[in-house]
Amino acid sequence: MLRDITIGQYYPADSIIHRLDPRVKLFATLIYVISLFLAKGVFGFGISVLFLAMIIWLSKVPFKFMVKGLKAIMILMIITAAFNALLTPGEVLVSFWIFKITKEGLKNAVMMTARLIFLILGTSIMTLTTTPNQLTDGLEKALRPLNKIKIPVHAIAMMMSIALRFIPILVEETDKIMKAQMARGADFESGNLLKRVKNMIPLLVPLFVSAFRRADDLAMAMEARCYHGGEGRTKMKPLTYARRDYLAYILVIAYLGVTLLLRWV
Amino acid sequence: MNIIKARQLVHEYIRRDEEGNVESIQTALDHVDLDVKEGQFIAVLGHNGSGKSTFAKHVNALLAPTEGTLWVDGKDVSKEENILDVRQTAGMVFQNPDNQIIASVVEEDVGFGPENIGVPTEDIWVRVADSLKSVGMLKYRNHSPNKLSGGQKQRVAIAGVMAMEPKCIVLDEPTAMLDPNGRKEVLRAVKELNQKKGITIILITHYMEEVVDADYVYVMDHGEVVMRGTPREIFSQVGTLKEHHLDVPQMTLLADLLRQSGLNIPLGVLTREELVDAVMKIAE
Repeated sequence: MLRDITIGQYYPADSIIHRLDPRVKLFATLIYVISLFLAKGVFGFGISVLFLAMIIWLSKVPFKFMVKGLKAIMILMIITAAFNALLTPGEVLVSFWIFKITKEGLKNAVMMTARLIFLILGTSIMTLTTTPNQLTDGLEKALRPLNKIKIPVHAIAMMMSIALRFIPILVEETDKIMKAQMARGADFESGNLLKRVKNMIPLLVPLFVSAFRRADDLAMAMEARCYHGGEGRTKMKPLTYARRDYLAYILVIAYLGVTLLLRWV
Repeated sequence: MNIIKARQLVHEYIRRDEEGNVESIQTALDHVDLDVKEGQFIAVLGHNGSGKSTFAKHVNALLAPTEGTLWVDGKDVSKEENILDVRQTAGMVFQNPDNQIIASVVEEDVGFGPENIGVPTEDIWVRVADSLKSVGMLKYRNHSPNKLSGGQKQRVAIAGVMAMEPKCIVLDEPTAMLDPNGRKEVLRAVKELNQKKGITIILITHYMEEVVDADYVYVMDHGEVVMRGTPREIFSQVGTLKEHHLDVPQMTLLADLLRQSGLNIPLGVLTREELVDAVMKIAE
């Protein structure tokens, strides 16, 4: 039952977006999120929609696949929309009982919902087209300047990629421990939420013990293969910018420029 | 030339209480003398707790000796500046295949060792392809290690060590967690590396069948080397092996029982073919 979890949801395909350098994609995502909060008016949003639509089309990820990610934040969107619609003061359109729906409120509700949708779509296009490994590689290289202020960027990136590698192993192990305990009469599936959480505790103890043992083994295996931190290390798959990456940078900056321009006119 | 040379090697696990006082001392290696020549296939036998894994970790400089000295390719493992060289000369494969694969793609895992020792990018690709080929795993290079069988994972781990171009590989019970097929796969790969590439192999195990083809066998018990010799010499001493809580290969045991019941079968029978020959000779 735990095997269905997919983390970092990568959608394998061969597209120009998939081949972009992860640093470009990280930068573009950041810019896109900022632009969503800068955009004003119909034109401003129009540009954001157009830009996103173009990237989704280029990425060859089916739109249906992307919409799945939206389901998870449905409740959040409904709450945001309702609060905005009901609590913004202004010109009253409809009023019933103690609620008043105002023109400004309606406008705000639509804006916020649209922003949230684009925010999720925009960031999920990055995780869908970038493998977790590329992502950590990209982060490591993009954040390298932080080394100067004594932040161990390499170690953090290494931890992230090892964590990603061990997720399926630990999930499998959890499954195994659950089955072993169920065979001896443990009950994980009935009772209210609190009771279920309590029943999980005897599962966590062996899981933690085994995770620590694995960590110990892995550390030794890494040492045995001459791992001694990021110093003097070479890369099998180094990140290098191709022409398409520079083009993508220019495009993203142009997009930000247009959004800013539309804000002032 | 001796690639590995141990003289009076002692290792003690010291357990301390919260104040740092010594609670108990457990001697895992007790004055071990051991020599391995380059290109040999060595087996170290012993039951659980005999000190064989502790010895393996010394060869890779993961543990430092309490007393005595161990030289790997002429370098003293207890010297800090030699550690990276020693680890590069003597690679190590561990028991649990899941806990020694670092990356989430096979080829990236094999590339991990060369990355650590600073091999240039183009050379890493050549080494990765070569070492995956030498264990017959080249076609899985883009797979996720999670989808491989135990034997395949262990071969990937061996390839990961091979990519560092070691002179010697220490395998610490590499087949203990595998099914019989995986065990055969791994042993075949190890033997090929020994024969074709001349890599020194130190196989640490408690499966007798894996020892039959070794050039030389050391038997350990309570941290001491209690027996040493060719597999034939070792396995002709069925009684002594039993004293050290070790079994002999099935065929050797059968030959021994037949001999005890009066048949004229020579000592040190190892394989089924040898036993068949011996019995046929008597029948004639």
